Amino acid sequence: MGMTMIEKILARSAGLAEVHTGQTVVCDVDMTVLIDLQFATGWIQPLRINDPDKVAVIMDHAVPAPTVQDAEGGPRARTFARDFGISRFYDVGRHGICHQVIAENGLARPGEILACTDSHTCAGGAYNTAARGLGPAEVFSILCTGKTWFTVAPTIRYELTGHAPPFVSGKDIFLYIAGTYGDATNHNLEYGGPGLATVAMHDRRTIATQGAEVSADFSTFGVDAVLREWLAEHTDRPYTPADADPDADYAAVREIDLSALEPYVARPGRVSHNSFPVSELEHRAVDQCFIGSCANGQLEDLRIAADIVRGHQVAPGVRLLITPASQRVYRDALRLGYLEALADAGAVVTNSTCGACFGYHMGVVGAGEVCLTASTRNFKGRMGSPDAEIYLASPATVAASALAGHIVDPRTAAGSERV
Amino acid sequence: MEQQLQGRVWVVGDSVTTDAMYPGFAMKLPPEQAAKHVFYELRPGWTEQVAPGEIVVAGRNFGLGSSRPVATLFRYLGVRALVAEEFNSLFLRNCINFGLPALTAPGVTGAFTDGDTARLHLTEGWCENTRTGVRLAAEPLPAFVLDILEAGGLLPKLAKEGYLPAAEGVR
Repeated sequence: MGMTMIEKILARSAGLAEVHTGQTVVCDVDMTVLIDLQFATGWIQPLRINDPDKVAVIMDHAVPAPTVQDAEGGPRARTFARDFGISRFYDVGRHGICHQVIAENGLARPGEILACTDSHTCAGGAYNTAARGLGPAEVFSILCTGKTWFTVAPTIRYELTGHAPPFVSGKDIFLYIAGTYGDATNHNLEYGGPGLATVAMHDRRTIATQGAEVSADFSTFGVDAVLREWLAEHTDRPYTPADADPDADYAAVREIDLSALEPYVARPGRVSHNSFPVSELEHRAVDQCFIGSCANGQLEDLRIAADIVRGHQVAPGVRLLITPASQRVYRDALRLGYLEALADAGAVVTNSTCGACFGYHMGVVGAGEVCLTASTRNFKGRMGSPDAEIYLASPATVAASALAGHIVDPRTAAGSERV
Repeated sequence: MEQQLQGRVWVVGDSVTTDAMYPGFAMKLPPEQAAKHVFYELRPGWTEQVAPGEIVVAGRNFGLGSSRPVATLFRYLGVRALVAEEFNSLFLRNCINFGLPALTAPGVTGAFTDGDTARLHLTEGWCENTRTGVRLAAEPLPAFVLDILEAGGLLPKLAKEGYLPAAEGVR
């Protein structure tokens, strides 16, 4: 019997010829990423670690430190990086949301395993990596031993066909899938098919990242010409792609016709079985609009937002917050004039951090407020008060809605002529 | 560790997220204070009611969301085990790795109401309501998971193996 992408990666990392659903295997982990939160609470400096060349330290969630607790994590991270000779240390100023920094620096590579505490580590699946969030204790363990275990979950394959229309981004593709098929708890997701060639890398990253919201284990894309071209610019080491076998065994194969999709929005509370075409949503006024996070703080997301708001003004009483996913995205967006266009329109551009996405700092919402966000989650209390309502949509929908003051379809709204 | 556990239960529903158990604002607090905010919105006041040795019973997709170590907060509250219809895999790993037994038992939310007493067996794989006598099959925990739980979680295990200092902070 053939293997899925994830089965191939787990088999190779476990030193086995093949693995199949239900099997528990012990794997060598190729890259382990530590983030600032781990150093702020519960940090224990190890006595020895497995391999400093397989470790990266990335400051992201609470940068710059909004609390003394977070501030005290910084020196611990610097001490750890110095004592163990960690060359891949992305300190404040060279930092960014870890999944963005992982991508920019080619740390997620085809056929390899990447571990990090953060639940959106599945973002690395865009690069054909078996990447997932594992929690702080387990990441400590991998840091020390270089290994961990996985039980091979059944895989659901999305077979993409067609070409998405204008204004339909990776976010919309994901919202359609989550809205239609719901949770994938204890399953892997795999994306392929003839339509994949039309899905750009930044959109793949959004889709892979959001596997966490449907509770998937791994969320992985195949290696094709688009990814090869991207990898040529981001890694100089050879890699071994993990392609799915034609006779791989899937729990389900679902075809998605990209050409039939439109902009979607998820209503507050959950992502699964909760998204609808924006065009069908009732009139909904917004207080805060946010574009950021590992899912949607990428350079292309900021370009789309800048093109929509350029020459317009954010509606009175509405806050538009823009948080670039990394310092590199920030600097690129600055040079390309995106930040200027956004700020001129009345947006607040923050430094790169996870920030408002996880309700920690730089844009939490109050009771009774409505937030439309291009980030990762719309769960109750996620971005501040549990009595705020969080709607989830694409950067184009969020930017257009910030101008209108209510949730609008970006295809027909002000600013759409330039995208 | 005891493989057969017994305790009074608290029942919550489906898709309880980590944001509901370890909200963003609580992440700014030391864990012992953060523990006071578990279910802050779902069941206000619950952390004052729950007593050491009790068990949380949950529905499908328990622990959807982030990697916040909710298990450490449950341990501060003295929660002895979690039983759910289905766990989010990251949440399940986090529980085991922080030394909190977590058992998957389909049908469990229908078999218990608040205040019932559950008796469960981690390796035989069952969960029983002592009031009704209803016994449900659960997925038995494999030996390597039991080893982690026996050690009190991965951090004490790493300390024992010489990777981490045997500090007081290792719980």
